[in-house]
Amino acid sequence: MGAEHLPTSEFDIEELEQSMTSSDPADAPEMVQLLASDGTLREDVQYGPYAAHLDGEALRGLYRDMFLIRRFDQEAVALQRQGQLVMWPPLLGQEAAQIGSGTALQANDYVFPTYREHGVALTRGLELSALLKLFRGVSSGGWDPREKNFHLYTLVLAAQTLHAVGYAMGLQRDGEDGVSVAYFGDGASSEGDVHESMVFAASNQSPVVFFCQNNHWAISVPTEVQSRIPLSNRASGYGFPGIRVDGNDVVAVHAVTRWALEHARSGRGPVLIEAFTYRMSAHTTADDPTKYRLSAEEDAWRDKDPLKRLERYLRSSNTAEDSFFEEVAVQGDELAAKVRAEVLAMTGPEMVQSFNNVYADPHPLVAEELAWHREYEAGFADTDEAGEGN
Amino acid sequence: MANMTIAKAITAGLRETMKNNPKTMLMGEDIGALGGVYRVTEGLQAEFGKTRVVDTPLAESGIIGTAIGLAFRGYRPVCEIQFDGFVFPGFNQITTQLAKIHARSSGDLSAPVVIRIPYGGGIGSIEHHSESPEALFAHTAGLRIITPSNPHDAYWMIQQAVESNDPVIVFEPKRRYWLKGEVDTDNPGQDAFSAKVVREGTDATIVAYGPLVPVALAAAQAAEEDGNSVEVIDLRSISPIDFDTITTSVHKTGHLIVTHEAPTFGGVGGEIAARISERAFLSLEAPVLRVGGFHMPYPVAKVEEHYLPDIDRLLEALDRSLAY
Repeated sequence: MGAEHLPTSEFDIEELEQSMTSSDPADAPEMVQLLASDGTLREDVQYGPYAAHLDGEALRGLYRDMFLIRRFDQEAVALQRQGQLVMWPPLLGQEAAQIGSGTALQANDYVFPTYREHGVALTRGLELSALLKLFRGVSSGGWDPREKNFHLYTLVLAAQTLHAVGYAMGLQRDGEDGVSVAYFGDGASSEGDVHESMVFAASNQSPVVFFCQNNHWAISVPTEVQSRIPLSNRASGYGFPGIRVDGNDVVAVHAVTRWALEHARSGRGPVLIEAFTYRMSAHTTADDPTKYRLSAEEDAWRDKDPLKRLERYLRSSNTAEDSFFEEVAVQGDELAAKVRAEVLAMTGPEMVQSFNNVYADPHPLVAEELAWHREYEAGFADTDEAGEGN
Repeated sequence: MANMTIAKAITAGLRETMKNNPKTMLMGEDIGALGGVYRVTEGLQAEFGKTRVVDTPLAESGIIGTAIGLAFRGYRPVCEIQFDGFVFPGFNQITTQLAKIHARSSGDLSAPVVIRIPYGGGIGSIEHHSESPEALFAHTAGLRIITPSNPHDAYWMIQQAVESNDPVIVFEPKRRYWLKGEVDTDNPGQDAFSAKVVREGTDATIVAYGPLVPVALAAAQAAEEDGNSVEVIDLRSISPIDFDTITTSVHKTGHLIVTHEAPTFGGVGGEIAARISERAFLSLEAPVLRVGGFHMPYPVAKVEEHYLPDIDRLLEALDRSLAY
């Protein structure tokens, strides 16, 4: 690999190159791909039929969603840089993995996201500015998960994978045909809760799709540190199918997810999907990838950009022309302006709400502390009035 | 009225809540055919089936975490943790998820999960089978923590825990599982989150809970023979704590001793001492004293009698308090 240092890098290039190429290619599973990097379609007997329904309008819709969420993400980064958000975890590069999977879901399916599933949120119809409440410091959640069947972002890695399995156990008991979808990343795959969730899901044959976005980096640590084998291979250890899909191929992700949902919905148990993708930006706005990875690696993945790939296909097949891309760009700017205005209008809740939300039922200690807090604050109000009088 | 052990009173209470609420379900290790290592769920799987009484894989985080997901679908899971020392693999799910989901969701979601934990020593067991970790959970806002000391309370408090819309940890005094007593199956008497004066007195107050309530009552009886009238309060609820009942008692007696098996440092007794010193400072005629475990891992069975609070240690503390 003709690696180049980024300006601030101080790491050992040889060691890094070795670590990046240490996986034995012979062990790697075949990766499902329906749309090659050059924008040409590929045949796939098993999963191709699950994309057959995607007509020109649907493909343009996938592009629009990916473009809009990238524009939203860009605006969120800008808002953070301008001091309007505490921090922000960008999804840049993972648009296909998220839009492709999210658009395969039914309304009665239920998503348990990590903290980076902005694209999935879009496909669920969530008001996107709600995602920013957490990062503006005005809420620890930001939306009612029951409205769009999209759970709150969970920051303790992998904790939500067990909630997803429990939810699926509930679906089974209720005789409903929904599927629970647990999103997590390559870093979180090392957490014990992922193991336990897969054990429980397999044991109960629960309708769960485990959707792992392998974006290659857990902050600064490469996937090879988490696993010596492809993550999708782990599924066989639990006794259910594992599929690696090209996570930058929105068509393949959509098709594979549809297949997995059908599998889970029909009572055949869980599926693990490993979407092989790349975090093209930083872990969060507080991160600095130049300290741990090479520009050459980033360049290589930039060529696999999920939006460029679909654009190549849309143009070469005359499915979309300049006017479409211009229209989408305008929509993106409108979305960004709307989100910006909504974020700037967000104010913090009253402290009283923090007291009121601790318990569902009345609680004497909370009531006592709230009463004290009110009296204490009221004392300042008197002082303020006195001050004004002077 | 029925006479039964604490263990069987919990079984009966669970049976009632399973009958009354089709969303109640039991989850845990070995709770099905075996009926749990303490047989508390004995017969319930045969009665209610395997989808409502679930033998889970052997993983505590998995039990709590999936119970949370079930609660999101309206279920009321009652999880059994086999022994006190084995709750810690589930500690993350309990403290970062279960306790916080109501606040995180601004009240949109609740997770009325019940976690049953046999706790405490005195059974001559091995490491991790005799601990009292209640303070670790009491420190976490969002959880409720209760502990019955007799069959009547055991029967009702497990049902009241399931009815609560908040997560509740029920610490069950394992060395008292076979303690028998009368259960009034028609009248609970009081709610789960309040204390109860179980013996009236005028000279000093002992606050105890769970396995130490019989010890406190025995100490009060012995003190009476020495001419001292001791009031005993069964705390029943560790979070929230019913400070009103304790305060009323201390206004009367002026002396307070708190006892628990857990180490005193950073424990529930310290919290009670601090709060009562704020609420009843001028009524106190002596510092609040604590009689509890030492700052060490629970010791081996052969020496646990020197670790556990007993009648003599309570009487020694009583003498110190009254001598002030």
